[in-house]
Amino acid sequence: MPGQSVGAVELQRAHFDQPLHLRSGGVLPAYDLVYETYGTLNAAKSNAILVCHALSGHHHVAGHYAHQPENIGWWDNIVGPGRPLDTDKFFVVGLNNLGGCHGSTGPSSTNPATGKPWGADFPIVAVNDWVHAQARLADMLGIDSWAAVMGGSLGGMQALRWSITYPDRVRNAIVIAAAPKLSAQNIAFNDVARQAILTDPDFHGGNYYEYNTRPVRGLRLARMLGHITYLSDDQMGEKFGRELRNSAFSFGFDVEFEVESYLRYQGDKFAGYFDANTYLLMTKALDYFDPSREDNGNLTATMARSKANFLIASFTTDWRFTPARSKEIVAALLANGRNVAYAEIDLNFGHDSFLMEDAHYHGVVDAYLRNIKL
Amino acid sequence: MTHTLGRPDFELIAGWIEPGHRVLDLGCGDGSLLKHLIELRGVQGVGVEIDDANVLAAIKNGINVIQGNLERGLDEFTDQAFDHVVLSRTLQTVRHTEGILREMLRVGREAVVSFPNFAYWKNLRSVLDGRMPVSEDLPYQWYDSPNVRFFTLLDFEDLCNKMGLIIRERSVLDEEGNPVSSEVNFLGSLAVYRLTQNR
Repeated sequence: MPGQSVGAVELQRAHFDQPLHLRSGGVLPAYDLVYETYGTLNAAKSNAILVCHALSGHHHVAGHYAHQPENIGWWDNIVGPGRPLDTDKFFVVGLNNLGGCHGSTGPSSTNPATGKPWGADFPIVAVNDWVHAQARLADMLGIDSWAAVMGGSLGGMQALRWSITYPDRVRNAIVIAAAPKLSAQNIAFNDVARQAILTDPDFHGGNYYEYNTRPVRGLRLARMLGHITYLSDDQMGEKFGRELRNSAFSFGFDVEFEVESYLRYQGDKFAGYFDANTYLLMTKALDYFDPSREDNGNLTATMARSKANFLIASFTTDWRFTPARSKEIVAALLANGRNVAYAEIDLNFGHDSFLMEDAHYHGVVDAYLRNIKL
Repeated sequence: MTHTLGRPDFELIAGWIEPGHRVLDLGCGDGSLLKHLIELRGVQGVGVEIDDANVLAAIKNGINVIQGNLERGLDEFTDQAFDHVVLSRTLQTVRHTEGILREMLRVGREAVVSFPNFAYWKNLRSVLDGRMPVSEDLPYQWYDSPNVRFFTLLDFEDLCNKMGLIIRERSVLDEEGNPVSSEVNFLGSLAVYRLTQNR
């Protein structure tokens, strides 16, 4: 791949004592956010890019850890010297959102009021709550306004929300493979995933930590279902087709088709490290996301509050958040006379395309970022 | 005659556009015309383009480019959002000719359309010689041409009449980009029209 990796990186932790009042009515009295930074903040503090993560992402966006060279960031292919998020020019910040399970305060963290894990008591967090928490991290880092806030999928929704909530603090928003709100079908998939977790006997109403167990079966199913929606039919066909692990049918319910093997592997891997409560929270944040709700569903009125320039990108094979959903955002921006570029990228990897390395896709992001004046 | 952009129709179009106007360029390519208009006239510009390489080039040029297919309409644009909607040398590549003209005048106050004139005498001579024309303004072989509609100034004006479109202004250029004032359907290689409609 062109450009270089940012190399060895270190996790950082910020503690916030000021209570955070959440959209759900809940309050987090204090919280931690783990984050990483790549590149150098310039003297004017004008070159910072915030990368927001999607459902299962985290702060480790790029590079690797010195003691774990194999642990490479989830969007490493786009960050580094000579890459679109060029760390010779930009100061890139990644963090783990509230409710996460990678070090920031979440359901598996200790609730100071009880001395036990938050579990089911962890309040529901919304995308806008994350944005407020991220703004406090920006304050702490001395960043008044981001050169860009960007992300794919749920990460793109955070970039969109930033531009509405803090219009003076976002100069550019890069919204990739996102939607202005979920469709009924999107919510339906999320609910099946949640039901898989909620009905797992090991869930214990969300307080499974106290039982020294985890709802692994439910989380595994949730991930298998989610994973199908991230891929395209064509891609699955090319990758697996109807290939069998053994040459003949076994006429049983064990793994037979390669696609089954793949999905079970993905489910097992994910269920091995991810927290089920976090999965529930992230899917609810997705379901509730709808900035236009503040304007009776009129997204154009909502986007009138934004001042940023936008790059919107979608993928032709993404059936989870189709190009048409991105174009809803484009239309609302155009109606307000905002600066917006929109690329509909022909990549075969479905919703997951946003994580892939592709010369045209990365070229678009690179070209857009190169024109940003610091 | 030299032209800053190598595109004589661009200069004509630029001359028709007032500073600060809102301009939509359909089939904007790498955004050269919009960039020219932004720098020269301070317009607010948006382009629509289907081709990946052109979209990338337009983004490099800092243009508000929307990737899309004109054949599917201009749904992302609201009514009368623009002062001018430009379709430069693209109408002959569009199947839904009436549809795109209607869409142009839905989203814009004025449509600016340029297209190669099939009845240009060199084109006619070429056909009489038994060959499909290849010229400055029809620069393709029959087998690799993006053009799907072949028409003349007279044909276009008939369509405008049928659709109730008003021709506000017309400029006709020869192959060198020089203005043609007589026998335009015979001597003109490229035509540029300003259209409006009564509301």
